[in-house]
Amino acid sequence: MLDGVRKLGQHSIDGVWRLGVAMRLFALTLLHSGICLRRPQLVMREIFTAGVLSLIIIVVSGLFVGMVLGLQGYETLQKYGSESALGSLVALSLVRELGPVLAALLFASRAGSAITAEIGLMKATEQIAAMEMMAVDPIARVVAPRFWGALISMPLLAAMFSAMGIMGGYLVGVVLIGVDEGSFWSQMQAAVDFRQDILNGVIKSGVFGVAVTGIALFEGYDAPPTAEGVSRATTRTVVTSSLAILALDFVLTAFMFRGA
Amino acid sequence: MRDNLVEIRGLHFAYGNRPILKGIDLTARRGQVIAIMGSSGCGKTTLLRLIGGSVRPTQGSVEVDGQSLTGLDQDGLYRLRRRMGMLFQFGALFTDMSVFDNVAFQLREHTNLPEPMIRDLVLMKLNAVGLRGAHGLMPAELSGGMARRVALARAIALDPMLIMYDEPFAGLDPISLGVTGNLIRRLTDTLGLTSIVVTHDVQESLKMVDYVYFISDGVVEARGTAAEIKSSGLPFVHQFVHGEEDGPVPFHYPAEPYGVDLGLNHA
Repeated sequence: MLDGVRKLGQHSIDGVWRLGVAMRLFALTLLHSGICLRRPQLVMREIFTAGVLSLIIIVVSGLFVGMVLGLQGYETLQKYGSESALGSLVALSLVRELGPVLAALLFASRAGSAITAEIGLMKATEQIAAMEMMAVDPIARVVAPRFWGALISMPLLAAMFSAMGIMGGYLVGVVLIGVDEGSFWSQMQAAVDFRQDILNGVIKSGVFGVAVTGIALFEGYDAPPTAEGVSRATTRTVVTSSLAILALDFVLTAFMFRGA
Repeated sequence: MRDNLVEIRGLHFAYGNRPILKGIDLTARRGQVIAIMGSSGCGKTTLLRLIGGSVRPTQGSVEVDGQSLTGLDQDGLYRLRRRMGMLFQFGALFTDMSVFDNVAFQLREHTNLPEPMIRDLVLMKLNAVGLRGAHGLMPAELSGGMARRVALARAIALDPMLIMYDEPFAGLDPISLGVTGNLIRRLTDTLGLTSIVVTHDVQESLKMVDYVYFISDGVVEARGTAAEIKSSGLPFVHQFVHGEEDGPVPFHYPAEPYGVDLGLNHA
């Protein structure tokens, strides 16, 4: 019994300690971000590896999610005779929720895990230590460019996801099922508000971007320098950031859309 | 200019409650190759990390080029490290960069030299380790010995005053072993460096070092020139140099009597 209490206390202290270390790394990353302005090509490279290379999975997933939305939305809407609202249904669900959330989940498993594994392995093979010995700060040279590169990529990928999803919805709804093209687009245009919907979606994906890359960088930097340690850290990145995305999404939605 | 580049006095170091080094005195004279020897896990690599300033001593002082490391902040430490090179055990090359970019790394990070000049310098450094022709390869395409030579070229990129080698001979074939040993000696002499080599390869290192420190159980057990070490009568040094299985360093990890563990007789 006493042992259990002791273990619980130990776990809580460990958790708080890790949170502190993570926040310290986050603060140091922001503090050392000047290098990203001085040498933008470092960030560009990370936008390529985290963003551009994630495009295929984002585009394909977005298309399929949009197609499913088109099918299911039509099934339900036609019961009430309002299949002309299909366009606004597809666009609103994507721009407000599915775009930012699903893109972030895919990003966490595609780019977040890669960031953790790369930094963890750099630590395990002493590349980080070598960099420090060469008087180059790894937080400035390795961590900060990855943070900003991933952070810039995230909203762009979410936008891409939503755009492809709308294409998918159009494909199934208009081309395949035969919903009127004019009402599909005009209803969408009328229903989607730039500030309320699109901007909030962008803010969401920005917040998810900070959460995913922050978690991925911390897990990589904190990983024990062994094969097992890196593999565990990679798993933790995907699990923790997925949970963080879903929890943050609820909080953000509650603030953004209450009563709207 | 002081005669000694590295001076260590009364150095103690512990990981948590586990003491690793218990009072080390060590000096490295300019232009010499110093070897630090001892069995695996005796704190040799930790000693290098202390000289490089990656960890701080719990007691005692480390001075490099007359500058004490203990009171140095990160900027001061980084300024000093630009004049130090370190060769990690397996090279620690940046795997996402080519051989050329690895050697150019410090030149690009710390200087504003134009790219054509960086190119010339990198090729000169690679030529010094015999790998000018390999500048376009990626680290994954190199053998262990070649990777270490590239790492050596990277370590001398900014013409440091001191190079530290962490187990430069581990896992090399006999040819690479000789090549690496000769390189360390030649670079030290021609570039006017000081080298500190952490190793347990007795035969290879005794061929080329000027002075040897033997570390055992956190203290300097023996010291001397290569010839003095070879003829040393100290039991530990004798066991180490001749690679004997049993001696002051026992073969068996401390354990219960064998019979008791097997349940044959009772303690």
